[in-house]
Amino acid sequence: MKKFTRLQQTAIPLDIENVDTDQIIPARFLKATDRKGFGENLFRDWRYNGDQNPIDSFILNNKNYSGPILVAGNNFGCGSSREHAAWALTDFGFKVVISSFFADIFQGNALNNGLLPIQVNPEQLTLIFKAIESDPKCEFIVDLEKQTLQIASIDLIIDFEINGYKKICLINGYDDIDYLINNKQKIIEFENKRNA
Amino acid sequence: MGKTLFEKVWDNHVVDQLENGPDILYIDKHLIHEVTSPQAFSALKERNVPVFRPQQIVATADHNVPTLNQHLPITDELSRNQVAKLRQNCEEHNIELYGLGHPYQGIVHVIGPELGITQPGMTMVCGDSHTSTHGAFGSIAFGIGTSQVAQVFASQCLLVGKPKSMRIVVNGELKPGVHPKDVILYIISKLGTDSGTGYFAEYAGSVFENMTMEGRMTVCNMSIEMGARGGMIAPDETTYEYVKGKEFAPKGKELETKISHWKTLPTDDDAVFDKEYTFDAADIGPMITYGTNPGMGIRVDEQIPTNENESYQKALDYMGFSQGDSLHKLPINYVFIGSCTNSRIEDFRAASKYIKGKKKASNVNALIVPGSQQVAKQIQAEGLHKIFEAAGFEIRQPGCSACLAMNDDKIPAGEYCVSTSNRNFEGRQGPGARTILASPMTAAAAAIEGKIVDITQL
Ligand code: SF4
Repeated sequence: MKKFTRLQQTAIPLDIENVDTDQIIPARFLKATDRKGFGENLFRDWRYNGDQNPIDSFILNNKNYSGPILVAGNNFGCGSSREHAAWALTDFGFKVVISSFFADIFQGNALNNGLLPIQVNPEQLTLIFKAIESDPKCEFIVDLEKQTLQIASIDLIIDFEINGYKKICLINGYDDIDYLINNKQKIIEFENKRNA
Repeated sequence: MGKTLFEKVWDNHVVDQLENGPDILYIDKHLIHEVTSPQAFSALKERNVPVFRPQQIVATADHNVPTLNQHLPITDELSRNQVAKLRQNCEEHNIELYGLGHPYQGIVHVIGPELGITQPGMTMVCGDSHTSTHGAFGSIAFGIGTSQVAQVFASQCLLVGKPKSMRIVVNGELKPGVHPKDVILYIISKLGTDSGTGYFAEYAGSVFENMTMEGRMTVCNMSIEMGARGGMIAPDETTYEYVKGKEFAPKGKELETKISHWKTLPTDDDAVFDKEYTFDAADIGPMITYGTNPGMGIRVDEQIPTNENESYQKALDYMGFSQGDSLHKLPINYVFIGSCTNSRIEDFRAASKYIKGKKKASNVNALIVPGSQQVAKQIQAEGLHKIFEAAGFEIRQPGCSACLAMNDDKIPAGEYCVSTSNRNFEGRQGPGARTILASPMTAAAAAIEGKIVDITQL
C-alpha cells in the first residue's frame, strides 16, 4: 500500500446522493482476476453512452474539473462489498473521497487501498460543493497527520475523524495482513483454548 | 447488564483487542466465490504466505456462471478464466470447492445454510455483502472486501471495529399474501438505506419468531440494504429443526451439546441496544420498489411519494415514473424469480402455488433460477417444474444470474423487470434495465397478469 501523508490539490464534484458500487464499477467489469485497469471503467455507464462516446454532461468528462479528490453526495459507496470500487477509484487517480456519509464496507475497502475517505457534515459538504462551483481550481489541503481538510479560498478548516489504527497504517503504508500475521501465536492460542 | 445476541457471539470470537483500534475477530467459516477471491489469492502469493486454515473455507462458483448448459465450457472467455482460476486456487490451497457440475454448487448464501455449514453462534464472512443472510441462524455473518478476504486467508481473523447494535421489532400477525420479503422491503422503506450504517441489526418480535428459516434468511439477506453490516435472528426450535440432519451439521451428542450452547445465545431481557425501532405487522402489505435503491419502496396500493430532492427525481427519471404515480396495473415485460434473497425451495413453492393452472401473459419473459443444485433437484422432486413449464416460465440452472447480470441473463434497457432479488440500482440487471423489487408471490402474479397487481386483492 502507498503511504499517505499530505496532499494539496484540486477536486472533482460529484453532487449525487447514494452513489452505489454498481455505478462506481458495473458488475460486468468484475471479471478480471487482477487489480489493474479498473479505472478505465470507473462510472462507466455515467461516463459513456451506449455507443461508447463520452457523455459530456458527466463531471469526469468536464475539462474544467480535475484532481485526485472526489467530493460526493451523501451515502457514497453503498451496495455491494466489491473492492473493485475502491480499485477503480484509485486506479483512476483518486486519493481522497469526501462525503457527508460513507457506506461501511466501502469505507473499509477504501482505507485498505490507501484511499482516504473524509466524512464532513452536510453543511460543510454544501460549502465545499459551492467552493468548487465558484472556483473549479480552488485547492484543497488534506493533512492526515493533523487530520485536517482545508480550503483556503473559502477559509474553511475541517477536523476529520479517522480510526487511530487506520491512520498509522495509511501514514506508514502498512496493511492489516502484516499486523495479523505478526499475531499468529495469539490466534493459535485462541484456537487451542476454544478446542480444549 | 445483560448482553445482546450479537455481543455474545462477538465476544466469543475476540482473540485480542487493540487499544483505540479494532478487535482481532476469529472467523469460523469463510465462504468464497470466483469474483472476489482471485486478487486475494494473488495478495497471498505476493507475500509468500500460505492459507492458514483451508479446512474452514468453502468455495463455489455462482456470480459469473451461465445458467444454461453448465456442462459445457463457459463461452465468455473472461468468465471462463475467472471460474478456472477459482478451481486452480482451490486445488493449490486445498480448499473444498463446489464448482459447476458439483451437486452442492449454488449461490454461496443458499448453499451454506442448506448444507448445514451455517450454524448458530458462528462468525462467518464472504467477499459478498449479502453474507448477512446467514445471520438468520443467529450467527454473525457479514460481507468483506477482497483485502479482508486475504486477511482471513492469512490468519483466519479480521481486524474489525465492533459495530453498534440496533433492534428492529415487528409484532403482530402478517396478512395473507404478505411475504417475508415484503416485511424487509417495508422496514427499509421506513428506515432508509443508510439507517443501519455502523450497526449490526437484530430482528425480533412475533413476526420473526413465526417465520420459517427461509423467510428469516430473506429478511437478514437485505440487512445490508439499509446499510447494516448484518442482521441476526435469535436461534430457536425452528433453527435447530432446520439445522438437524443437514450434511455438515453436528450430529448426535455433539448436536445436543451445541444446542445447549445455542440456547444461551438469545438477547438477555435487560440488554440495551444503541437504537431500536418497532413496527406493526398489520401495516405491512405487498411491497414494490419504484426507484433505484431498495429504500424506495411502497405498498402496491400506495402512490410514489413526492420529494424535492434532485437525486430522488433522477431516480424516478431513470425508472420512467413521476411523483404521485401509482404502479398498480403497470405493464411489465420481465419477471425474475431467483437470487440469494428468494431462490430457496419455499420461494418456488409460494410462486408455484399462485401459478398452478395459469399461463403467463404473452408479453412477459419469466425466468426461474434456483439458488442451488439441491433446490433445482427439489423443484423436480416436488413436480413444481411442471407447473412453471405449463405456465410458460423458463427454468434455468443455479447461479446469481439476472440479480447482477454478470452473465448473459440481462434485462434490456428501458424494460421493467419485477425481480425477487435485492438491488434495484441503475443498471444492476443490465445497462438501462429498470428493476422493481418484490416478493416471489408478487413476481409470480405479475408474470401471469402481465402487470403489477396487488395479490391480496386477487
Ligand atoms: S444472488 Fe445477487 S445478491 Fe446474491 S450473492 Fe449473487 S449477486 Fe450477490
